[in-house]
Order: sequence, then structure tokens, then C-alpha cells
Amino acid sequence: MKKILIVLGAVSFMYACGNGSTQGENKAAGDQQTSQTTDNGNPSYDPERGSGKFTTVDVKPELDKSMAEAGNKIFEVKCSSCHKLTDEKLVGPGWKGVTSRHKPEWIMNFVTNTDEMLNKDPKAMAMLEICLVRMPNQSLSDDDARHIYEFMRENDGVK
Amino acid sequence: MKYSKLLLLILLTGSVMHMMSCKPKGAGSAVGAGAAEKAYVAPGKYDQFYNFVSGGFSGQLSVYGIPSGRLLRVIPVFSVDPEKGYGYSEETKPMLMTSHGYVPWDDLHHTELSQTNGEVDGRWVFGNGNNTPRVARIDLKTFRTAEIIELPNSAGNHSSPFITENTEYVVAGTRFSVPVGGNPDVPISSYKQNFKGTISFISVSKEGAMDIAFQLLLPGVNFDLSHAGKGPSHGWFFFSCYNSEQANTLLEVNASQRDKDFILAVNWKKAEEYLKAGKGVKQSVKYAHNTYDEKTHTAKSEIRTEVTTLDPAVLKDICYFVPCPKSPHGCDVDPTGEYFIGSGKLAALIPVFSFAKLQKAIAEKTYDGEFGGIPVLKYEAVLHGEVQKPGLGPLHTEFDGKGNAYTSFFVSSEIVKWNIKDLKVLDRVPTYYSIGHLCVPGGDSRKPFGKYVIAYNKITKDRYLPTGPELAQSAQLFDISGDKMQLILDFPTIGEPHYAQAVPAELIKGNSLKIYKIEENGNAYAAKGEKEAKVVREGNKVHVYATAIRSHFAPDNIEGIKLGDEVYFHVTNLEQDWDVPHGFAVKGANNAELLIMPGETQTLKWVPEQVGVYPFYCTDFCSALHQEMQGYIRVSAPGSNVPLTFSLGKQGAAAADTSKPASK
Repeated sequence: MKKILIVLGAVSFMYACGNGSTQGENKAAGDQQTSQTTDNGNPSYDPERGSGKFTTVDVKPELDKSMAEAGNKIFEVKCSSCHKLTDEKLVGPGWKGVTSRHKPEWIMNFVTNTDEMLNKDPKAMAMLEICLVRMPNQSLSDDDARHIYEFMRENDGVK
Repeated sequence: MKYSKLLLLILLTGSVMHMMSCKPKGAGSAVGAGAAEKAYVAPGKYDQFYNFVSGGFSGQLSVYGIPSGRLLRVIPVFSVDPEKGYGYSEETKPMLMTSHGYVPWDDLHHTELSQTNGEVDGRWVFGNGNNTPRVARIDLKTFRTAEIIELPNSAGNHSSPFITENTEYVVAGTRFSVPVGGNPDVPISSYKQNFKGTISFISVSKEGAMDIAFQLLLPGVNFDLSHAGKGPSHGWFFFSCYNSEQANTLLEVNASQRDKDFILAVNWKKAEEYLKAGKGVKQSVKYAHNTYDEKTHTAKSEIRTEVTTLDPAVLKDICYFVPCPKSPHGCDVDPTGEYFIGSGKLAALIPVFSFAKLQKAIAEKTYDGEFGGIPVLKYEAVLHGEVQKPGLGPLHTEFDGKGNAYTSFFVSSEIVKWNIKDLKVLDRVPTYYSIGHLCVPGGDSRKPFGKYVIAYNKITKDRYLPTGPELAQSAQLFDISGDKMQLILDFPTIGEPHYAQAVPAELIKGNSLKIYKIEENGNAYAAKGEKEAKVVREGNKVHVYATAIRSHFAPDNIEGIKLGDEVYFHVTNLEQDWDVPHGFAVKGANNAELLIMPGETQTLKWVPEQVGVYPFYCTDFCSALHQEMQGYIRVSAPGSNVPLTFSLGKQGAAAADTSKPASK
């Protein structure tokens, strides 16, 4: 009996010690989460725009051929492994109709700020649930992103 | 004995008390208070220093974080490394070429970080290959071996790769004296007549390119370690040497006869003058020079055939011998550049020499005869003073920049702290066990960062859980911020740690390369995008231009390989995100695997030896569908009429002979 008491005592002691430090860590993690939640729950977050540096993109009604051509080249090196130009899903969704599903700002933010968008943007997170492969950040420049977008427009029939 | 029992009791009581408190310290009886806090780096936080540690007989160089002791990376240098494909991929094989052919395993003893104005600058770290003599330069943007140069007229490249204070030169001195001029066939007993020691000065360009500027031909002795002068002694280099007895057998006894051997002082600025004046003699030799090109991800090896030698026995004012007791090993220069220290392995004291006195002795010709045609200075004329009874078996000395020196003692297994000016011993701590080298961050430069001294021990014995007869070696971290050295951590190392250097993380971490830009990939066999994926036959060589991205290869079905073919898998990783490597392995490859960084192309040569279908797959977990990242390659009999085809995404009946992957 005595032995059990001692054991119990030791356990509760260890528990107290452990708990103390766990709480400390939790607190730090909690702080982080709070700040993220604030970010996430910020009413100013525009799910149509996504998160990233692009706020407004100037898109002309007609196609910019040279931008689309540049976008096509990037597509072949960095995107075509996973995306078809039809509506068929390969690794990621097919590109047909993508410009009517998303605003240009959202697309350009997603392809340049991929990890953050996959972590907190509702539409990006929903796609990840379907595809289950996180889209790689393919290290696109701002211009690259714009060119890709123009190529997507061409693919969607803009002349 | 009674005393030790009492001590044991106190320790036991102490440890019981520790166990009862909230901060168990484990078996740290030799560990001071607060040690855990001092060595603790919280998860997700960075260490303060990078520690570049030689891997000794592993031939590699390992990188640790200090103070946590976290192993950050093993950089392959002089040995193949299956973890990285180094020495296995076609691109990296040339890095291990020498004048003796392909050498897959060498012995890396010392690391030395590049310096500017005598301060560590974080550009490169150098390493020496001891067995087949070479010097390597590792680029600290990529943490990869960028260049390796072999040394002719050399054997046992031990006193290397120490550098001058602006990285003008990296040096290499022979541990084994050898017959020079193409290693002629002579009797071993003709050592005294035919064997020479050499010291090579390898110039380093602004971009890092290494070239042997000149070699000094010296009497046949064993050069051991070295360090450059700095500040007032910049322009000089100091090399310890033993076996002034010139023995060629049973050196353990025969090279330990004389009371004093030497430190060789080299005026390399003077050597440069002679070189300019055309006093150099060209020798016909053979040595390899290997470089790795970051744009093509490809190494090339070339053989060079000439070296320029200078003979200090003729060109009298380049070299001077300073007598040093006894069989000196470490040769270290203090941060002011005024004092140089020889550590006689068999001496019971540490001599500290003065550079000012050296200059005076040379000017006044205070000689004590000659050795091999080179003047020997009088010991007392160069001596600043001796540290008396410091310990047994002094090996190496580092500095904290506050006027203190820290010397390792192999035989008495301790670090001793002493004051350079008054030569008084200030503190001593035991090491576990039998320390060799030691390292203070920046400790051989003009600006040491102090804070820690790290012991690199030769023997581990009971320090960790036993792992059979073969144990990891160990490093131990001491806090030196106070008057007393305090043990705060020990951690196992890769191979045998000889010399190591440490540098504040700020000097390196911001420059670290994250990916290879696919646009800049200059590899001749790169496939930049799946559109360029293809299979091409050239006689019995088949080149597979493959791409890898999460999570498939293109192509992933290949047919039409014939027995007798050599298949080259050139795999380009199309990812452009940090830390997304792909691996590549094909069944039965008796070479190795590949590991390919984002934007990089690497090549595996595969010679199938049996007919059949062979799977290949990605060996580095890359995504949720990593297990799906696989393919097949079919090998048919030599006379078969299976056409060469490749595809991706083609299901069902026999693959058509498409000329393009089918996913397009």
C-alpha cells in the first residue's frame, strides 16, 4: 500500500511537472493560432481575391497575344506535368474554364503564394481535398503569373 | 579512495535530489548547473553557429548546429555518398577522379573556412584529402563540393588545408616524404638521399578557383600541421614537422629520438618574389583537377602535367627552421599574429614563440647550424616563453580573442586554458575521452567569437548506449563565457572528427541556395518540361530524358531496350519549390540511385543483365501520391523486334510506338 502511495505520489509529481511545461508550450502555440485566426477571420479577407500581392489586375477585353505566348512556354516547363488544357483532371484540375471559375487576382495569387493559399483560402483548400497533392510553388515571377493567366484566357477562347 | 567514495555518495545524493526536482539532469554529474538551458535550442529555432566538422576516415564533412549539436548535413567530399548519389551519378563521378583513377574513399582531416582580412567570411570551407593527397573547396551557398585539386609530389596531405588571411593561398604539406619528380623506383632505405618533403601553395582566385602556384622542395621529414601568420606576421606560414631523424621504419621509436624537431617558418611573400623573378623550376608531374559546374550540374576532371618548384636550400631566405620540443603536432598562431605555438606530442611543456623575435633572430642570423641546407634558428632566440606543466600530450590550440589559449591534451584527456602573455594555466577540464582537435568559433582567425570550445574526442567508450564493437566518435561542448570552462553537451559525430571550425550562422544562412532555376539548367540531357521527355537510341546507348514532378515520371513506360544496351536515365526534377527533391531507383541497378534537387538534372547509368520488366520509382517521399510515383522499363533479348517506345498515361493493350508522351 505504502509502495503504491509512493508510486502515485511520484506519478502525480511528474504529472505536475510535465503539465507545467506543456501548458507553457500550449500557450505559445495558442498565441500563434490566435493571430492566424485573426488573419483568417478578418472580414476584409476577400475569398474572390485570395491572399497575395495581387489586388487588381488590369485585363483588356481582347487577348494579349505575346503575353499568352510567353504563358504557353511557362506552361510547358512548369505546369503541363499536372494540368491538362481540357477539363480533365490529371494531378491537378484541367484548365478549361478556369478563368470563369476564378478572378485573375485569385489565380495569380494562388500560383505565386501557393502554400499560404493552400493553408487558408477556402477554395484552394477545397481543391486540395479533391486532388490531395499540394500544388508545388513553381517559383513564378509576377510577370510569369500574368502571362500564365493570359494563356489561360486564350485556352478559354478569348481572342 | 575514501575521497572517491565520498564523492560518489555526494553525486548519488545529488542525482537523487535532481530526480526529485522538476528538472532532471540525468547523469550529468560533470555537467554544471544550467547546462541544459545553455545547449537547448527550441524546436523551430535556429542554432547560433554552424560547425563544420571533418569526418576523418569517412572522407566527408559534417555540419552541426551549435549549441544544440544537431546534425544538419553530411557533405560528401572525398568519398562516395549513396544518400546523395555523390560519386554514383554520371554527373558527380569525375569529382573523385585522380591521377590514380577513381578513388571512392579517402580520409578528410581538417576543415578551414575562407577568410577576408583574417576574419571568417562564410564563402567556402576547404577540406584536405589525406591519403591520395587533395584539397577540396566546398561552396557554402550550396553546401556542395565545388572543386578538388590533387597534389603531385605529395603523400599524406596532413598539414592542410590552412589558408592565408585573405584566402590568397591554401596550403598542403606532406606527412610522408616521397621520391619527387614522378615517384621514381628507388630503395626505401635511400630515404635520406632521395626522399623530399614538399609544401604546396595553392592559389585561390576571387571566384574560388584553385591552382598550384608553387611547391617548396624540403628535406625529407614529416610535415604535420600548419597555420598562417596574420596581422604583423601576414606573409608568413608556420608548419610543424617531426621525424627530423629521417627514419623510414618504426617511426614510433626512431622518429622520437631527438629532443627537438622543428617548426618551419615560410616567408611566402619572398617565395612569390622568386617565382616572379623566374627562379621556379618546372617539373613534369600528373595530377587531377576536378570542378563541379552549378549550371550544368556536371563535374569535369582534367589531368594537369606541370608544377613549378622552388628550392629553399638554394633560395636561402624563404625558409627557416625553429627548434620545437618534441615531435610537434599542432602549430597555431594567436589572433594578434605575434605568437605561434608548437604542441610537442611528447613534450611536457608548451613553447610559445614570438614573431618579432623570429624577425630579429633572422636579421641577426642567430643560427644554430643548418638542416637540409636550411638555416636553423636558436630556440631561445625565438622563444617568448614556455607553459610549464600544462598536461600530457599537447596537440592543438585555439583562441578566444581575450588573450587566452585553449590547448587539447590527448594523453591526460583534458582542455587547458592558459594566458598567452604570462603563460599561466587558468583552468582545466576533463574530456571524455582522449581529445584530439578542438574548436572555438573563429578560433584560428583574427576575430574569434569565443563563447564555446568544442572538444573532438578520439575515444567514446561508455558515453552513449553501446552499439556493438564500432562506436560513433564524440564531440563535447563547453561554455567558455565565464572564467571556468563548463561542459554543457556531448554529441556523436560522423567518422572521426579531426579539425573543425565554427562560424556565426548569420555569415552563411542568408546565402543558402534553395532551388536550381529550371530556366538556367544547362545540363546537356535536361528535359525542361514533359514535352521534352523522350527516349533516344544511339547505338547500344539509350538515353532516357525523363522528368519528375509530384508525383509521376515522364515517360513511365519504356520498351525496346535490348540486353547489351547501356541505359542512361537523365532525370530532371521539374519542381521549383524549396526542399522537394525526387529520388530515382531502378531494380537491379548495381550502381546506385539518384537524388535530384528541384530544377536539377542527374544521370544514372544502368546496364541490365537479364531480360524482363524492371520497375523504377521515386525514393524520396514527395507527396500523398508518392507511392504512385513509379514506372516500368522492359528489357528484351538482343535479337528481338520490340520497337523502342515510351509513353505516359497510355492504358491497356500494347503500347503504341508513339513519339511523344501520350498525356498531351
